Amino acid sequence: MNVPAAWYLVLAALLFGVGAYGLLTKRSALIIFMCVELMLNAANLTFVTFARTLSDVGGQATVFFVMVVAAAEVTVGLGIVVAVFRRRSSTSVDELSEMKG
Amino acid sequence: MAAVAYAVPSVLVFVTAALLILVGALGVITVKNPVHAALSLIMTLFGVAVAFVAQSADFLAAVQIIVYAGAIVVLFLFVIMFLGVDRRDSVSVDPLVGQRAFAGVGVAITVAGLITLMARSHWVTGALSVSTKGHALATGSQNVKQLGTAIFTTYLFAFEATAALLVIAVVGAVLLARRDRVADPEEVDV
Repeated sequence: MNVPAAWYLVLAALLFGVGAYGLLTKRSALIIFMCVELMLNAANLTFVTFARTLSDVGGQATVFFVMVVAAAEVTVGLGIVVAVFRRRSSTSVDELSEMKG
Repeated sequence: MAAVAYAVPSVLVFVTAALLILVGALGVITVKNPVHAALSLIMTLFGVAVAFVAQSADFLAAVQIIVYAGAIVVLFLFVIMFLGVDRRDSVSVDPLVGQRAFAGVGVAITVAGLITLMARSHWVTGALSVSTKGHALATGSQNVKQLGTAIFTTYLFAFEATAALLVIAVVGAVLLARRDRVADPEEVDV
């Protein structure tokens, strides 16, 4: 008998938690982007697990589109990091506080 | 809970994938050097690919290695090297009081809720989807055919929209990364 889907779902939840903790506590914009990738992968793992559980290839198709969006997001995000670094010589998100109220 | 005998290979694959994923993810948020964090990220992505293969998503596992580990992490490493930001993050100062504690509590509550929801619910209803036309999920090389059929029929509009999204992303990235050349006197009157 195959391992139950709940094991993979719990694993995905733990991966999401690690990514969310890093997103909330890290300073470097690059590490924050990596944590966003961790969270996206947790969601992808959940989609694939449900695709197997419900025998529905739609979950796998959704993962395909999530990967495309992740690639686009990383391209634009790293472009913004490079543009900010040119101006400020830093990638720390704490130093970008011009719009602080 | 009663002792249910799961097939040993599937348990071994799950444990391997779980170790790769969790050790890599913890590495991303604990190591100081961004280059090491990117390498830990590869480990996590590889573990997710293992989990994909174990759940008969063969095509997605290949795409995961090629696109994520191959392209996205290389892009990360390229930017890290390009900016030269491989110095240490100043972790001693906490700009927000109790930021780590609040983040830890919030994440713990979220993960506990997710695990309760996922582990204790019954999701399998026995209904088959429209996207597979009532067929079961294919395994092996048939997976590519089934996924391709779904993407080019049921999800065709979304697929075409990703083309526009990628073009917009590339144009945006070029525009952002380009140096401002208006100050160059030869190019002003062009």
